[in-house]
Amino acid sequence: MNPRMAPRMQSVVRFLSFLACAIPFVAILGLSFSPENPTDRRILVLVDDLAIKSSHSIYFKSLQSRGYQLDFQLADDSKIALHRYGQYLYDGLILFSPSIERFGGSINTAAIAEFVDSGHDLIIAADESASDLIREVAAECGVDFDEDPGAVVIDHTSYAVSGTDGDHSLIAAGDFIKSAAILGSKTVEAPILFRGIGHSVNPANNLVLKVLSASPAAYSANPKTKLANPPAIYGSSISFVSIVQARNNARVLISGSLKMFSDQFFLSGVLKAGSPIKHKKSGNEQFLTEISKWVFHERGHLKAVNVRHHKVGEVDEPLMYRINDDLEYSVEIFEWSGASWEPYVANDVQIQFYMMSPYVLKTMSTDQKGKYHASFKVPDVYGVFQFKVEYQRLGYTSLSLSKQIPVRPFRHNEYERFITAAFPYYGASFSMMAGFLVFTIVYLYNK
Amino acid sequence: MGATVKMEKNTTNPLTKEQKGFLAMKGWKLKTKQQELLIRVSILLLVYVLAFITRLFSVLRYESMIHEFDPYFNYRTTLYLTQKGFYEFWNWFDYESWYPLGRIIGGTLYPGLMVTAAIIYWGLRFLRFAVHIREVCVLTAPFFASNTTLVAYFFGKELWDSGAGLVAAALIAICPGYISRSVAGSYDNEGVAIFALLLTFYLFVKAVKTGSLAWALASAFGYFYMVSAWGGYVFIINLIPLYVLVLLITGRYSMRLYVAYNCMYVLGMLLAMQIRFVGFQHVQSGEHMAAMGVFFLMQVFYFLDWVKHQLNDPKLFHAFLRITVSSAVGLGALALGVGTASGYISPWTGRFYSLLDPTYAKDHIPIIASVSEHQPTAWSSFMFDFHILLILFPAGLYFCFKRLSDATIFIMMYGLTSMYFAGVMVRLILVATPAVCLISAIAVSATIKNLTQVVRSKPKTSPSGSSKGATGAKAAAKGSFDQSLPLERNGAIALLLGAFYLLSRYAIHCTWVTSEAYSSPSIVLAARGAHGNRVIFDDYREAYFWLRQNTPPDAKVMSWWDYGYQITAMGNRTVIVDNNTWNNTHIATVGRAMSSYEDEAYEIMRSLDVDYVLVVFGGVTGYSSDDINKFLWMVRIGGGVFPVIKEPDYLVNGEYRVDKGAAPKMLNCLMYKLSYYRFGELTTEYGKPPGYDRARGVEIGNKDIKLEHLEEAFTTSNWIVRIYKVKPPNNRW
Repeated sequence: MNPRMAPRMQSVVRFLSFLACAIPFVAILGLSFSPENPTDRRILVLVDDLAIKSSHSIYFKSLQSRGYQLDFQLADDSKIALHRYGQYLYDGLILFSPSIERFGGSINTAAIAEFVDSGHDLIIAADESASDLIREVAAECGVDFDEDPGAVVIDHTSYAVSGTDGDHSLIAAGDFIKSAAILGSKTVEAPILFRGIGHSVNPANNLVLKVLSASPAAYSANPKTKLANPPAIYGSSISFVSIVQARNNARVLISGSLKMFSDQFFLSGVLKAGSPIKHKKSGNEQFLTEISKWVFHERGHLKAVNVRHHKVGEVDEPLMYRINDDLEYSVEIFEWSGASWEPYVANDVQIQFYMMSPYVLKTMSTDQKGKYHASFKVPDVYGVFQFKVEYQRLGYTSLSLSKQIPVRPFRHNEYERFITAAFPYYGASFSMMAGFLVFTIVYLYNK
Repeated sequence: MGATVKMEKNTTNPLTKEQKGFLAMKGWKLKTKQQELLIRVSILLLVYVLAFITRLFSVLRYESMIHEFDPYFNYRTTLYLTQKGFYEFWNWFDYESWYPLGRIIGGTLYPGLMVTAAIIYWGLRFLRFAVHIREVCVLTAPFFASNTTLVAYFFGKELWDSGAGLVAAALIAICPGYISRSVAGSYDNEGVAIFALLLTFYLFVKAVKTGSLAWALASAFGYFYMVSAWGGYVFIINLIPLYVLVLLITGRYSMRLYVAYNCMYVLGMLLAMQIRFVGFQHVQSGEHMAAMGVFFLMQVFYFLDWVKHQLNDPKLFHAFLRITVSSAVGLGALALGVGTASGYISPWTGRFYSLLDPTYAKDHIPIIASVSEHQPTAWSSFMFDFHILLILFPAGLYFCFKRLSDATIFIMMYGLTSMYFAGVMVRLILVATPAVCLISAIAVSATIKNLTQVVRSKPKTSPSGSSKGATGAKAAAKGSFDQSLPLERNGAIALLLGAFYLLSRYAIHCTWVTSEAYSSPSIVLAARGAHGNRVIFDDYREAYFWLRQNTPPDAKVMSWWDYGYQITAMGNRTVIVDNNTWNNTHIATVGRAMSSYEDEAYEIMRSLDVDYVLVVFGGVTGYSSDDINKFLWMVRIGGGVFPVIKEPDYLVNGEYRVDKGAAPKMLNCLMYKLSYYRFGELTTEYGKPPGYDRARGVEIGNKDIKLEHLEEAFTTSNWIVRIYKVKPPNNRW
């Protein structure tokens, strides 16, 4: 890290005394991302050219109005850093610098990957000039941009009609993922204007999702040259915008077009080819604002607390269950609304009582206030079980709770005694004893 | 015999004091009978002490610790027993082993050893000896070995005479075949089981000899103790019926036999059912059916006897006999057939089969064949464990044949059957040892007695060989004088000296074997350094200590099953499989993981919630019993359940190799990678290329090993134990 670099916070408070310095520092920290308050606050925006700040101002304003502190830096600025003294300085990163060949400061592909792996969010926007570095960062997230350097997505059926564009590379896309958690409850009516490069998602990666994909007629090629070979990617396997929710719930948005974030695209009207309706305004603003809410954890973030289990009729959690015990399990699930934790209501949360395979799989009942509850009988199998809640729903953070609990067999004195079926055996043994006694007496004292 | 005493003088000081006392007493002019008793008691006492101290090499050389693998489990359970009490022990469900299946400890072990040690421990505590349970466990086996010498004395006395008893006690005290399983620290079932085995046999022979209910009852209790201590009780429950059958066939049936066998069988069976692990096997398992069959046969025999007594007409009796015998045999066969067909009587287990047919395990049950102590015995190990007893054994048999009695028939049958089993499996040398010692003792005793009679036939020459000839002298006192030639006498003296020479060689051999071969704890390895100095490798304990200190308490460790008991006992961590090999599928799963490619293995490890993988590697130190050398067994056991694992994939032209010519699958399987990770950078021996494996003497074939889903967590100072952490799944993939 560059020692000359003065961190932003300190420059703000430089005139204050050392003591007073600590107060805003704590205040800023308090605003940052935490499990209790999962919305991102401090976001680093890396741009190729500071002009982007004004050309994409609507998008940035929408973020700032929602309380994000955006820190604009040139991508090749040697002072930029993601972390300092082992602490991350930012909760999110926006890469609006498609053509950057090498980041300044200590940022590189590995640093960005590590940034995501430590639970932070990322937005990448590329365009025709996407550098190898940006492609590499995207590939780290499971997304492969078309490798042909001049290729853009071309669609001769669902392009946006415009006066200037003759090669049908301005696309009016409308093939969304169906998820209210990602795109908000209000459906995006107007088509999305897109101009840029397409990407395909790596089939080996099952965490990446196509949010906005191309129509079946689209293909990725260089419009300036004659199409010699079949295009590398085509049809609906082309994705315009993809998202990744990593296993640690860090969220990543990848788009092949930086222009779709621009004020120009936000404000322009759109007429999709072949469509009678001319929309006054494209759907870009609504779509990208909603999806930024998702990326920065304003929506679709769940937490599970108060996991409890106990025998029916008891309160305390036992260290071990016995086979055939009746038990109760409960968990509370809340969703982050951007400002507070609201009860999460669903009817598909399931509990597993699991040992190599689920022995009990039950949908939990909910009291509509976030509490989920199930009661069941421990199976007649001993071993080390787990209470497992694997709740993975599109657009929501994945909940994966597991709690180990051994299940023991009956103790020697827990079996039922003096059962009716055994009376013949009791009779046999006692008559045997009596008979033996009589026999002994007769044998010894007769004669 | 004489040799033993000589050795004691060399090894212990307190004993000489006793001997001085003995000499002083001699001056008091005791009567011959008293003198003889005194000599006998003091010899027994010396043998008793000798049996104990000769087993202490490992404690003196290393420290007071538990050896090997299984003893760690026994130790752990004993600790639990002393801490939590008997009922908790009985009902213990152990969730640290066999994750995630768990193990019901109380129902799957023979509790005799643990209970014995705990009782000794509680007894000592009651007497205000502040001992640690570990010390008790370490010394349990030597203590019981001492007790075995007493039983051997009484048994020998019963079989032949008290001279033979004394010799038997002395022979068994130092016999390597027995010492191998009863040195201090070898806290295993066999330690007490051999005592119980011999005691049961002795009491049964006594019961047959006297026809007394009391002795039969005692032998039933001896049998109960044996059942509680070791699975080898099956040998008793098959040998005794066989013996009874032989007596019946040879026309030696008597009322004494009837009383002894019936009482012993019925009570012994009922008592044995109290052991949870054994349960109803006595009436339900094929291995125990012989005893039951003989029991019924005995009743038929007795009944026929009675009928014969009632019927005076022999012709009528013969007709009756024919009908009864054929119907009894038919009924028995029918019952057995129906029982087996309906599944009520379980068929013989693989272990039992492999005893009768030594090739069975190799073909069908790799998990049994994989254990080194289940291999067929080599001739050299017979020589190693028995030394001169191997020669004396046939001689003893000859003497037994010359004086046939119920008792000698028993010991002959015991000797011959156990010798056969000893040839099938290395570990069963242990069972044969008492028989071999007893029969040899008869040979020694009878020979010396005969020779001394010859020597002493001339009135009052020199008292032949001082105190050494105690047995001989006593025997001679009893024996009658017969006329002999001087030449014969000289020959006898020469033979006597020869016998003493042989016996002293035996003592020297036994001490040497005990010291060199059987006293290493195997958890601490010792080697000779370049300058002949002793180098200690304490890597196992280092690794287990690391596990205990540096991993989360609920971490699951995957290793080959050999190390399971040690990891739970010393590392206090959950293991996937351990030395109690009851679930072949689970072991095969681990074997499959070890022999798969890393990404396939990762899936298996994820499904078993494995956090750490432990492998044992001897390439740096030249320690040959490491996981690479055991690897083919993992492949075989894994392949036995999961046919995707095929042994030929790991071999090149049927040859197992790890160098450049090794099979590609071998070079990339998980076990290879974990063993040789970063080994290619290491120079192990001067003048050899880096990555030279000293255990196998080759340069390894894959030096550039990259791990994707695992990372090295810990490697011990001599690289013997390597621990890897299983990484969580990739965050973005």
